[in-house]
Amino acid sequence: MSDMDEMDDGSGIIKKFMFLNRKAPHGTVYALEGLEVVLITAAFDQDVSMVFTDDGVYQLLKGIDTKGIEVKDFSKTYRALEGYDIEKLYVDQKSMDARGLTEEDLIVDVTVLSVDEMANLMAEQDVVISF
Amino acid sequence: MLHIVNKSATERGSLESCLAMATKGSAVLLIEDAVYAVTKGSTAAAKIQAAAADLKIYALGPDLAARGMAGRVLDGVNVVDYGGFVDLVAEHNSCQSWL
Repeated sequence: MSDMDEMDDGSGIIKKFMFLNRKAPHGTVYALEGLEVVLITAAFDQDVSMVFTDDGVYQLLKGIDTKGIEVKDFSKTYRALEGYDIEKLYVDQKSMDARGLTEEDLIVDVTVLSVDEMANLMAEQDVVISF
Repeated sequence: MLHIVNKSATERGSLESCLAMATKGSAVLLIEDAVYAVTKGSTAAAKIQAAAADLKIYALGPDLAARGMAGRVLDGVNVVDYGGFVDLVAEHNSCQSWL
């Protein structure tokens, strides 16, 4: 592919995308919609980080059973992210502590970050999209 | 009176407003994202336990299960199903939903 082609269609340009998830699942549609957008972004081979802070950490809990409220259980999808080369999952330590949660309570492997580490990660992104 | 709260206590102030207004002997039913407040280790747990001395605290079981929280409910909280939700509404003269 020539340089001109690359400029025309934008292929080969990789930006750092952060998806910031701050809402609990089910109570609003943000968590599910955010996850769908992340999967779309992955199809464009971008550098994706998923961050879970505040009530967003609740999205990753094990043992979710949505039969009783008759909505889709999308929690298993977080485990499929690896298959889409989305392997950078971060959770905020303070948000976990405030909710009595530990890494063992979560459905996927994550990196736990302090507020300062999270702030630095956010600052180095090209694009931050919030759900 | 039956008070119904549906918002997360770590995102909104509706649970706190409810607990401040609910008079002795009232019932408080937590549904949807409000159920996180009755789980062990949450920041709202202490407020719920203090409130349980004067109020009857209920949480909707299907909403707990959908959030992976069925096994983490605080002692002293009554878990009800949808039938129990209907019974609570029928038993009380009035309902207040803290939207």
